Amino acid sequence: MKMLRTHHLSAMAVFFGFGFLPCQRPASAQAPPTTLTKPVTPQKAPSPDGFIQRWVILEPIAAPGLTQSAVQAEVKKEYFPGQFTMIPRDGDKVSVDGSELTWHAVDTRNYNVNLFHFARSLNKPTSDVLFWAVTTVNMPQEMHDVRLAIGSNAASVWWVNGQEVVDIYGDRQTVIDDGVSRRLTLKKGPNLIRVAVINGGGATDFCARLLDAQDKPLSGYTTTVGSTGK
Amino acid sequence: MVAHLRHITLATTLLTSLALALDGSIGIHDPSTVVQCDGKYYTYGTGGTGLVSDDGWTWSRGAVLPRRGLAPDVIHIGDRYYVYVAANIGAQPKAAVNMIWSKSLDPASPDYKWEEGGVVASSDGIEESNAIDPGIFLDPITGRLWLVYGSYFGFIRQVELDPKTGKRINPNDKPRDLAINCEASDMMYHDGWYYLLATHGSCCRGADSGYNIRVGRSRKVTGPFLDAEGIDMIQGGGKLFIGSESRKIGPGHFGLLDLGNGVQKFSMHWEADLDRGAASVLDIRPLLWRDGWPVAGENMTDGTFELESVRTGTALELAVEGMPVGGRPVRRPRPPEAPRPTGNGSAPAASGGPPAASGGPPAGFGGMFAGTGVPIPAQGVEQVAKNWPAGPIDLRLANYMSQAQQKWTITAMPKAGGYPGSPYFKITVAGTDRALAASTDAELVVVPAFTGAPEQLWRFDQLADGTWRIMPKSLSTSKTPMALSAIGSSFPTLEKFDASSEKQHWLIKAQ
Repeated sequence: MKMLRTHHLSAMAVFFGFGFLPCQRPASAQAPPTTLTKPVTPQKAPSPDGFIQRWVILEPIAAPGLTQSAVQAEVKKEYFPGQFTMIPRDGDKVSVDGSELTWHAVDTRNYNVNLFHFARSLNKPTSDVLFWAVTTVNMPQEMHDVRLAIGSNAASVWWVNGQEVVDIYGDRQTVIDDGVSRRLTLKKGPNLIRVAVINGGGATDFCARLLDAQDKPLSGYTTTVGSTGK
Repeated sequence: MVAHLRHITLATTLLTSLALALDGSIGIHDPSTVVQCDGKYYTYGTGGTGLVSDDGWTWSRGAVLPRRGLAPDVIHIGDRYYVYVAANIGAQPKAAVNMIWSKSLDPASPDYKWEEGGVVASSDGIEESNAIDPGIFLDPITGRLWLVYGSYFGFIRQVELDPKTGKRINPNDKPRDLAINCEASDMMYHDGWYYLLATHGSCCRGADSGYNIRVGRSRKVTGPFLDAEGIDMIQGGGKLFIGSESRKIGPGHFGLLDLGNGVQKFSMHWEADLDRGAASVLDIRPLLWRDGWPVAGENMTDGTFELESVRTGTALELAVEGMPVGGRPVRRPRPPEAPRPTGNGSAPAASGGPPAASGGPPAGFGGMFAGTGVPIPAQGVEQVAKNWPAGPIDLRLANYMSQAQQKWTITAMPKAGGYPGSPYFKITVAGTDRALAASTDAELVVVPAFTGAPEQLWRFDQLADGTWRIMPKSLSTSKTPMALSAIGSSFPTLEKFDASSEKQHWLIKAQ
């Protein structure tokens, strides 16, 4: 009965005869998130386990569908100019279907980035939505045979320096190193990681780290947002 | 017509079986432990028969030993190959084990020159022993060298040899009695235990041979060797290691073939391979370990399988959009409640709703959990493949749901070479010719059609825990052997094999 434990609040409502909940927008009185904070340092090293903990995240965009074909269509659609190239800064705004959405820089205290906390704190929906997130990885030297290892709730598609490298689909929970890229070369200096996470219902989050050629967590680099490693 | 069909069935069985046994000239009796020399595999049998193979799969007649005799055994120590071979020197049990040695087993090598080493054990025809069937064992812990020998007349005995010369350390030391009622003994060490393997039953009777290999173990190299029931082999004990199987009768003459990296196999003969006219033939099988006991593993066979990562529990699949078997779930109306039993326990006639056995959902059970009430047929690849890209497709790992892109047909390619015990195989998406291949960047891809290229040929080795290592025959860009590896829950790749890591252990589940 996993369905009842984690997801599909609207389905639960139907199942129990309560009727469809038209919106899961939480009440404004709810407590703010406890896992995300505003960055206060110019750069941040990954966690001891290698997880990237600094991102800039765009407020959610409505996007139903978690199947492979649906997700690919959702993430390939251009919602705003520069969607696949821009390096957003905290407070930047874009217009999507007539609505103004804001990018927010966050640090996470955990291995994962809790998008439910993120959206809830902004009084934004968390179901049937797409989150864009970006971070810059600053490498002290060129690195070969690096892999991007990710997990997400739910589906996600990932790009490194503009190249699509990982995609996972379906209504899934965040599992460390669920999706792993092929071997990549990261250049010395800034490398851009971009992700689109699509959630169906309920909790939503993601995690990401880099693995070395021995599949060990990579360290010795920093992450920044809204800049190119300065 | 019935008779005709029977022949077709028999022919099919023969073809399948022949494709999965060792290939080439494998007729031999009492084979020595298979050893490697300069990249080739060698074994010698009773009468001096020699077999040689470049890959351990296809064998041919090799050089005959200069000293012919009964059931030789071979060991490689330092720069020497020591061969121990017995001969009756009168009516059994009067016999002796002689040693000869050479620096090479390859007759084409300048180092191929046999030297006589003399007698290392004997029986006088009166004592309780028959000094034939030598088995040689180098203790990996102490470096000491041991010879076990014997055949039914009396005891399996043990003497110590000098690893520097291969000769008896002290010919006057009394041999130690280890077992009775068996022959073709050999020893090995594993994880703190010494194992004595010996062949029980009758030999040399073709398909009427009762040969079977049994084992006991001891914490000391000198025994006593007890079986799993605690019975000493010197009192006839012995846990079955391998007996007759299907159309192969009478296994005997165990020999350990350690390929390194945690991959162990063993050599033996079948007294009678019914698919080869009941000839006595060589075989090589994986050696597994379970609860501290050796277990005879299986070589890969043709079939359609799920390939599941031990590490992640997810299954290899073509990276295409899956379709639930039977289609996406639909909600069905809940049928009327089933009639309740009356007070006397009998149920009244149903007043409405579909009957339980008519193919619809059971009475009183409906909605999203009721199913269709009839078996769902297997998902055929033709139902879903029309949406698959025509070109190369990536691989991934996913929860197994019996979908077409998750089923792999594994087929032996017996003329494409092999490795000890098996040929290479192709791995195709079931119902298609789309073949799993190693890509040039040591990743994986499924190509539209099998071409027979080395990167599309796969090696399957059953590992000590019964799971499998899966490796491409070769990579165009790397000489390092690579194995299929699950580095994430959803991503397979190729990496250097590490037996201690579950990443490269796979379950192969028949579908």
